Amino acid sequence: MKAQAQMPWPELRATYAFVARNFTLVRRYFGWEVVFLVYSAVNAITIGFIGLDSPDPGRRVLYLVIGALLWGFLSILFHEVAESVSWERWEGTIEYTFMAPIRRITHLGGMCIYAVIYGLVRTVVILLAVSLFFDLDLSGANLGAAAVVLLASSFSFIGLGLMAAVLPLLSPERGSQATHIMEGVVLLISGVYYDIAVLPAWIKPLSAVSPATYTLQACRAALLDGTPLSSLGSTLVILLVTGLILIPLGLFVFSCGEAHAMRTGKLKRSG
Amino acid sequence: MKADSAIRCHEARKSFYESNGGTKDRASAPVWSRFRRRPRRKINAVNCVTFSVPEGEIYGILGPNGSGKSTLIRLLATLLLPDGGEISVLGRDVVRERMAVRRVINRVSVDAAFFKKLSAMENLRYAARLYGLDVRQAGKLAGDILERLGLESNRLHESMEDLSRGMQQKVAIARAFLNRPRVLLLDEPTTGLDPKSKLDVQQFVRQARQEQGMTIILTSHDMVEAEKLCDRVAFIDRGHFVAAGTPQHLRSEHTSGNEEATLEQVFLNVTGKAWPDDPEGGASS
Repeated sequence: MKAQAQMPWPELRATYAFVARNFTLVRRYFGWEVVFLVYSAVNAITIGFIGLDSPDPGRRVLYLVIGALLWGFLSILFHEVAESVSWERWEGTIEYTFMAPIRRITHLGGMCIYAVIYGLVRTVVILLAVSLFFDLDLSGANLGAAAVVLLASSFSFIGLGLMAAVLPLLSPERGSQATHIMEGVVLLISGVYYDIAVLPAWIKPLSAVSPATYTLQACRAALLDGTPLSSLGSTLVILLVTGLILIPLGLFVFSCGEAHAMRTGKLKRSG
Repeated sequence: MKADSAIRCHEARKSFYESNGGTKDRASAPVWSRFRRRPRRKINAVNCVTFSVPEGEIYGILGPNGSGKSTLIRLLATLLLPDGGEISVLGRDVVRERMAVRRVINRVSVDAAFFKKLSAMENLRYAARLYGLDVRQAGKLAGDILERLGLESNRLHESMEDLSRGMQQKVAIARAFLNRPRVLLLDEPTTGLDPKSKLDVQQFVRQARQEQGMTIILTSHDMVEAEKLCDRVAFIDRGHFVAAGTPQHLRSEHTSGNEEATLEQVFLNVTGKAWPDDPEGGASS
């Protein structure tokens, strides 16, 4: 028994279990996927059109589209991880999954890997749809630097997602809705569609602690101005350090939430 | 590792707090008062329960809805933390050595818990990976079990929502056997099944115990089923074990040795309450 506990292979298989299961669910709920994808694409295109009215439409449209695409990706990461508990509760499988002999990091790690792959695929599809409507000039863009920034910011969003995932454990009825509030606040304070300079002074300190603020600023610098990675070093460090703090913190918060659910009997199905 | 008892439960306690006042009162109350914490009452779901089960035994826990059967199963399954007492499975403490316990147990709950849009085979593959098992070998094992349970192999590729409750429960049983558990927790596995499915499941449980020598805890409303399958049974009422022993022992102890007496009569004599006519109608406790 002890030897089995030390082998990484079963844990890796368990990680893959979540990735494979979720992609199979995507296939089974394909109708929903089409609806969400169409809505997200239309949303990004609509936001892009707002930029056509400005004095420098090319740059403004790209500014807005970057915001829409990045927010799409980061919110998928956040949402998929945060909703993992609610979804299993709704399906009725939550007790089965939580009873499995795997570490919670294996469970949530699998969910995060799925979220990153799924988010990337969806973002690429939306980008293709958006490019049908706008002549996006990416000739001077530093795509590599933007990709590195995106990767670095993923850790922070996974950490935030882990913390949000605890909410449905604490409150089966309201936890899921509370994750939407958390997501909405990040959208408001991070300058997704506008510069954070326009925000009221009392909100600005919140912008400074949102990882999305740094992600958006660095990605826009890379894609709009072609800023090299070397000039984005300080932002990358901020994002990586934030991720380094938020992921262990998220796991800790989740484990506290799980213990609370096991004490109060909230690890049951509902719906 | 050989433990004296497969399961030891010593003065286990578990309480929950329930809100007083229903949704109706809440809906008619002013908006601001809905955020106020409502008074709550304490429910002793499991109250100082002590028992032990030797390896290879089928132990029945019988009681009406809300008596604490499912709470006890959840405590053994490491899904709930006890408020007090000690519970161990094969010598491992369910709180301190949770992961070790999880490796040797599995559970079938009253509601077959599956991803409804996935097929039976997809759900079984997920379960196999979750337990770190080889997917092909696990699929073959599940196929064999389901064949013995009378489920046609072509149904394995249908969505779970298209299978009847009986079929779903058979898939749940196959899933519980995938990791070859040494302790199996069956929480009302036959509730709501048609008579044929019920017999199939009961026969399989008996055979599995004979062939693999696993220890089984079975909760049930069905006294006839308990008498057929269990070596010993315990009656639970409002969280207490009110009587325990072999069916014969319980009869001699609580019905003055009346050999014709049913377990329902034993329950009536012990608790002063009639056994519910339609115990399957309510929610599990």
